[in-house]
Amino acid sequence: MKHRTFFWFFLPTGLAMLLFIAAPIVSVVMQSMFAPHEAVFAVVESCGPFGCTEETTIDQEATRAIREAQPIGRFVGLDIYLDRGHLAVAEVGEAWRNAESIGAFFSRLGNLPFYRAMGFTLTYTFTVTPLLIVLGLMIALAVNTLTAKLKGLVIFFSLLPMIVTPLVGSLILFWMVDSRGIIGTFVQWLASDPDLSLKASTGLTWIMLIVYGVWHSAPFAFVVFYAGLQTLPQDQLEAAQIDGASRWQQVKYVIVPHLMPLVTFVALIQLMDNFRVFEPIVGFNAASHATSLSWIIFNDLSGETQQLSAAAATSVITIVGVTILLLPVLVRTWRDFRSKT
Amino acid sequence: MASKAQRAPAGLRLATQGFVVVWLILAAFPFLWTLWGSFKVELDFFSIADWTNALTGANTERTYGSPFTGAGYEGAWVQEEFWRAVINTFIVCFFVVSISLTIGTLGGYALSRSGFRYTFWLLIIALIFRAMPPITLVSGYLLPFFEWNLWGILPTTIIVLVAINQPFTLWMLHSFFQNIPKELDESAKVDGCTQFQAFRHVIVPVMWPGVITTGLFSFLLAYNDFAVTTMLLSESNRTMIPEIAAFLGTTQTEGNVMFAVAAVVSATAPLFILVMFFQRQIVSGLTAGAVKG
Repeated sequence: MKHRTFFWFFLPTGLAMLLFIAAPIVSVVMQSMFAPHEAVFAVVESCGPFGCTEETTIDQEATRAIREAQPIGRFVGLDIYLDRGHLAVAEVGEAWRNAESIGAFFSRLGNLPFYRAMGFTLTYTFTVTPLLIVLGLMIALAVNTLTAKLKGLVIFFSLLPMIVTPLVGSLILFWMVDSRGIIGTFVQWLASDPDLSLKASTGLTWIMLIVYGVWHSAPFAFVVFYAGLQTLPQDQLEAAQIDGASRWQQVKYVIVPHLMPLVTFVALIQLMDNFRVFEPIVGFNAASHATSLSWIIFNDLSGETQQLSAAAATSVITIVGVTILLLPVLVRTWRDFRSKT
Repeated sequence: MASKAQRAPAGLRLATQGFVVVWLILAAFPFLWTLWGSFKVELDFFSIADWTNALTGANTERTYGSPFTGAGYEGAWVQEEFWRAVINTFIVCFFVVSISLTIGTLGGYALSRSGFRYTFWLLIIALIFRAMPPITLVSGYLLPFFEWNLWGILPTTIIVLVAINQPFTLWMLHSFFQNIPKELDESAKVDGCTQFQAFRHVIVPVMWPGVITTGLFSFLLAYNDFAVTTMLLSESNRTMIPEIAAFLGTTQTEGNVMFAVAAVVSATAPLFILVMFFQRQIVSGLTAGAVKG
């Protein structure tokens, strides 16, 4: 295909991505370095019969003028990144100097919004991903032994937790784990503690969100692994059996190695997707116990006064985080491409 | 599992079947429970006294004279005007899917037929864009959209969702078009077609399976989106998902949780139907990237 033809074919989609993905990223990076203008103060001397007093008032006109002249704000460099709401360099340094032990240092970090969110985001990402891979693999192995008719039905129901909107899925579970809902009542009965509420404790809220995450994403792993099992060479299994491999050994030494590329694929995709965890926190109304980077952005943007600069700085940090998680995928794609040409 | 030697012992078979049953309950029970409960009053759905009330609907019977009531649905659809959100959702989904597929097929086709190095870099850039959480882009949209008075209306949201959709669409369709032999359109070009004519008359008739699969995922993205639609749509233009989120704020306090429950069930129903009819396409779409990669 000639360059010219390619250009015209690619133009619409390229333009859409340029204008609505690339340009916003640039604009977000810009915005994160500009803070809103401060109000302009004017000192007015008002003299009365008892002498003169100096009064400081906000000069509305001048403030408006400067805000209109430069709507993006004033340049502050990396200040927003380093302030208390984000990397909080000063606070972290102080906590490090004053903390008696490592534990005390981390508990102080936990009071800073950014590190609190980071703590949950990373815990969520790195517990949900392995758990969902194991669960997905178990379901795939179990479903593979069923008869063809049952398989279709099982796959239909298995897809539901994944297809359903994350917000809706988490709401459905949230209503069930409510202390008056069926799971909530059941847990109270199990613990024989009628006042137990899953929403009240931070630990239980985290577990609840992680269980939701596994429930939501396991179907994806299941479907991918199930498709991989269909291409499993039967003669390898038979050979292993002749060599006296037990059922467990067959799984460990034949099936899992065969599925390994798929496991990597699922892990990479899910690491990225779980890192942006957001809807469950809204759905479970869990913001007082668990926050994530995406939730902070959302919270900054949706308040009465939209804190665009703060949100932009968190966005840039999130983008950097996603890019780090994405690097292995990029390296893999690059190698694939190199080996093809 | 054809051969006799590979048949599992009865104990193991029972265990796997039991496991599948447990998984099925985990996957399906919450939906059935909420569907059943959406026809009850709040006192039954959240029963403090006795959990079996949620099954039998004792309080619902006392209030409405029958164990089932459509009061939640009536409240959500009529009183809170949920139907507006439903219409908005379908407008958004329809346009997102059709625009995204139109420009995505052109782009994906071009990427699969051009052997130059830049196609690889374009795909890599698309992959990076695919990984961006949409919410990180939103703060970049707000200022210009306010400035140019584009905020709050459906067309803006549609275009933004189309753009967010493009990276995924390009990857899916690129790998799909690569499986269509190049000889097809090359022979058309030998016969005197331009590239576009070759695409139009040779590729378009055979591309539908891949396009339908990609379209399903575009639909899901538009339908399920929460971050972009909440931030970019004004109150009167909301789609279903932000509307449900808004319900939570307003109705929870008024004791009308059942409105939200009914709305949630209404928003889930189309997805049920979608999975029922397109199960095979969804599965093949999910595995397309995996089995090759």
